[in-house]
Amino acid sequence: MSKKKLNRGVAVVGAGMSKFGAFSDKSSRDLFVEAFQSMRKSVDKEFNPADIETIYIGNFSSDLFEAQSHTAPIMADVAGLAPRPAVRIEDACASSGVALRQGILAIASGLYDIALVGGIEKMTNLPTAEVTDTLAAAADTLFEVPAGFTFPGFYAAIASAYMHKYGMQPEHLMNVAIKNHENGALNPNAQFGVTIPDWMQGRIASAKKKGKPVPTWSDHWDYLHDARANPMIAWPLRLFDCSPITDGAVALLLVSEEIANQFTDHPIHIIGSGQASDVALHDRDDLTSIAAARLASQEAYAMAGVTADDIRVAEVHDCFTIAEIVATEDLGFFAPGDGYKAAEDQVTARDGAKPINTSGGLKSKGHPVGASGAGQAVEIFKQMRGLADERQVAGDIPLGLSHNVGGTGGTCVVHVYERRN
Amino acid sequence: MTATKSTTTKRAFTAASFDQYLNEKKLMGSHCANCDANFLPPRAICPDCYDDQLEWVELDGKAKLAAFTSIYIAPTAMINEGYGRDKPYVAGVVELDDGVKISAQILGLDAANPEEIKIGTPLQAEFIERGEGDEKRTFLAFRAK
Repeated sequence: MSKKKLNRGVAVVGAGMSKFGAFSDKSSRDLFVEAFQSMRKSVDKEFNPADIETIYIGNFSSDLFEAQSHTAPIMADVAGLAPRPAVRIEDACASSGVALRQGILAIASGLYDIALVGGIEKMTNLPTAEVTDTLAAAADTLFEVPAGFTFPGFYAAIASAYMHKYGMQPEHLMNVAIKNHENGALNPNAQFGVTIPDWMQGRIASAKKKGKPVPTWSDHWDYLHDARANPMIAWPLRLFDCSPITDGAVALLLVSEEIANQFTDHPIHIIGSGQASDVALHDRDDLTSIAAARLASQEAYAMAGVTADDIRVAEVHDCFTIAEIVATEDLGFFAPGDGYKAAEDQVTARDGAKPINTSGGLKSKGHPVGASGAGQAVEIFKQMRGLADERQVAGDIPLGLSHNVGGTGGTCVVHVYERRN
Repeated sequence: MTATKSTTTKRAFTAASFDQYLNEKKLMGSHCANCDANFLPPRAICPDCYDDQLEWVELDGKAKLAAFTSIYIAPTAMINEGYGRDKPYVAGVVELDDGVKISAQILGLDAANPEEIKIGTPLQAEFIERGEGDEKRTFLAFRAK
């Protein structure tokens, strides 16, 4: 593979997000204002929003979720940034990971010095069946959707192939959910920021309070095996294998490397960016791996001049538990077939050798699809600057990574981040 | 290779043509003579040599199960067919003997006991009709043999 390089360096100097959750009284523009203000507060030194020159907004489907198209200029307007150019990027759940890449390319090209990258999604206005239908529009509506596939269904099919090839059991997937909820419980912006054992205790307390029969789960594993507490969505994926339906927004401030120290003494440099596309799931030679993720990460590593082993923390696209396992293999963290063992052995825990999804991931933090990729960059920014509070990974973090997938891997975008001081 | 090349009038390589063939109970893909490769769904351009002089080819529908799931939370279209929490259905990726793969609903398997379903199960293409009048449409499915 040819080594692609950026024409000049780009750094993240600000990163903020709204709380993720279900907010009946907030539209995506309200959430974006929260994210934008949160980003402004994160900039260490003086920052005038008027200095922003261009805007890239990741959004999957405000059209269907909110009956609102043409959302980028609206986000520019509510942040007081009209008449600056504002572009909406739609690549399904990778929308804002790709928006981040577009912001990087805009600065690296030399055209702009300061770019705002955002992500927005307001999903909870619709009933669940309509959300499922809207998300299914990110699949091939002519040849995949008529087969009855849903997004949990696609990833469940990937899981079936993975189990067949490597001998994984459905129970192994639960390790990912348990770990990500442990992390999310320490993230005040998480939608479901509660551990699964605490979730179970909450159900027990609620039953007692209401005078209903008190469940007799022996522990959280017992709870996760209970078909009423953790119903099947698409075998082998149960409710707790799936990320939730979420409202949320994110804002990132990107600047050229030359001026980064005007904003902070601790910029996070983006030293690798890779993106690739793939064919429909059924058209792939290997159903247990996402080729676009392998290619995007190889491109990002080559640009950065680093290897998978050098990465200290990573946020990966855990839209479903199986997706995190496959991602950790596609990124080269673990050999094919070893990802589920690494999750079982706590290697990916916050205090493990390769902490994955310290934010809680999409699973616990929430998955406002068009905002999720930029949201990963918020966590990496915090972890690498030592600002992740209770969930801070111990020790120095010179290199981090984010991995954002659209659809079943039709789009994948990977970024490598470096802290130099 | 069990596929046979079509000698009928050449139709455009579109999804509409594919559906029209399904209505005629034919599973049709496209074939690149340069690469001796079949494509399903049919492609208009060969992704390997970029030739656009492809031919329709009828596939015999013999296949095996490559990946699957049993879906309990169904999309609206499948809820309208009576599926859902109390009546799950199997969706899968099938690998045809002709060397192509496609997504389809899988019939003849016990969707309520997915742990008993085996990857590699032999399948045969089946054409199922749904809808009434102008809404009537033929869907591709596969049935366990």
